[in-house]
Amino acid sequence: MSANLPNPLLEAKAVAKHFGGVKALQDVSLTIRKGEIYGLIGPNGAGKTTFFNCMTGLYVPDGGGFVFDGAPLVADAPDKAAARGIARTFQNIRLFGNMTALENVMVGRHVRTKAGVLGAMFQNAATKAEEAAIRQKAIDLLHYVRIEERADDLSRNLSYGDQRRLEIARALATDPKLLCLDEPAAGMNGTETEQLRELIDGIRRDGTTILLIEHDVKLVMGLCDRVAVLDYGALVIEDVPAVVQKDQRVIEAYLGA
Amino acid sequence: MDIFLQQIINGLVQGSIYALVALGYTMVYGIMGLINFAHGEVVMIGTLVTITVAGSLIKAGMPVAVAGLAGLMAAVLVCMALGWALERVAYRPLRNAPRLTPLITAIGMSIVLQNLAMMIWGRNYMTFPSLLPKMDFEFAGANFTLIQIIIVLVSAATMGGLLLLVYRTKLGMAMRATAQNPAVASLMGVNINRVIAAAFVIGSALGAVAGVMVGTYYEIAHYQMGFMLGLKAFTAAVLGGIGNLAGAMLGGILLGIIEALGAGYIGDLTGGFLGSHYQDIFAFVVLIVVLMFKPSGLFGEKTGDRA
Repeated sequence: MSANLPNPLLEAKAVAKHFGGVKALQDVSLTIRKGEIYGLIGPNGAGKTTFFNCMTGLYVPDGGGFVFDGAPLVADAPDKAAARGIARTFQNIRLFGNMTALENVMVGRHVRTKAGVLGAMFQNAATKAEEAAIRQKAIDLLHYVRIEERADDLSRNLSYGDQRRLEIARALATDPKLLCLDEPAAGMNGTETEQLRELIDGIRRDGTTILLIEHDVKLVMGLCDRVAVLDYGALVIEDVPAVVQKDQRVIEAYLGA
Repeated sequence: MDIFLQQIINGLVQGSIYALVALGYTMVYGIMGLINFAHGEVVMIGTLVTITVAGSLIKAGMPVAVAGLAGLMAAVLVCMALGWALERVAYRPLRNAPRLTPLITAIGMSIVLQNLAMMIWGRNYMTFPSLLPKMDFEFAGANFTLIQIIIVLVSAATMGGLLLLVYRTKLGMAMRATAQNPAVASLMGVNINRVIAAAFVIGSALGAVAGVMVGTYYEIAHYQMGFMLGLKAFTAAVLGGIGNLAGAMLGGILLGIIEALGAGYIGDLTGGFLGSHYQDIFAFVVLIVVLMFKPSGLFGEKTGDRA
């Protein structure tokens, strides 16, 4: 239904995934355009996270596939998806708890740098320069999400809201073309959600396309340019928020028929 | 009193060798949960390669210092290649197999390497060339040699280098991230295969250094020498908390000292019934006691720390 939109960044083409008899995704096709904030919503168990996992190489789809930035996305390993420019955060925060905030972001920088095992062992000039650059970039990113004063604290000691911000900084460190946020507002209060809204809007303004999975319908409708609704693994509708909000099928999916 | 000090010194020397070998076990375990029982054999091959390289260079008339350094370099390079090959050939195909499968494969690789070494170097004991001048020192009634000092200094420097690598470099960060959560690390672009290969390669390099030290210290080598050394280093890693770098270092040194003190006093304690050649008992008593009372070891954390 959306194959001919201009400027596609990610096209999902009839993506299917099943676990035993459960059809978690049934031929889902959708298009995310460059520069937009794209919302993916649906009731619990609708297949949103499965879709994320297929896209980022954690699952291999059983059917269909993705075209990313003009070329097929063969995401059979997560680090390849990261190298192509897809980064994500997690519904349940998954930081490296025993590493500092700064180190967490520096790990994210990994995919964009090249010094290897021998460089690390013999510490040549190129490796040292690269590591200094990684550190500086990580500091800048912590500043960007406004948690730079927590740089040297172990990430597990950060507050919940700061951990969410740190996950976003770590994802941004991979220089993504597409940033996928899996329920970033979960468990946040009103003030935190508002600050998050500003952060996401700012990231888009700075040129990164965003795919947002979220339960907070108000946040999605206010922030997203277009929204797709999944229910029982199938795409119900993909359109601008104003249309989606009034769609009878969406109302039924959320409220029960 | 002088026996006590003497055995502390001897234990410290033996313990720093255990610590270097234990690091190889603990790095691999920390990252992929595998006990690489072939690691002791990697150390053995390091010793035997040094005998061949340094021995023939000395015979060809090279200065001993140059020959020794060349032997060390050759051992490190051969062991790094061997560690890489072990991971690539024996363990990577079993990455998603049940836990017992790679463990049994590791024991199999240990046997394969022993027999390979026997075919190359023969079944007889070999003399390790004297690479360092014999010098003795005395301190408060205890004797120690130049070789002992150098062993302790070199292992301290090597371990310091490893800590810098793990805590200060991008590769080290990737290793720690992978140990904590491989799936997320790979989503951040960390190539898990390369990190695991690096753990094997670096662990084997440390093992090679340890192998050269063992050879220099005892001046004798044999294709089965890696077996007992490997078991003791594994015990040291468990004592310190397997998966933990500082634990492996402390565990190695503690085990060396416990063993040396045990060997020094066992005769007196049993009225001469058991002699110091029973010293191997102590390592395994330590292993049993740790497993009974604190299976996670001194610095061990609960495994499976997934956020």
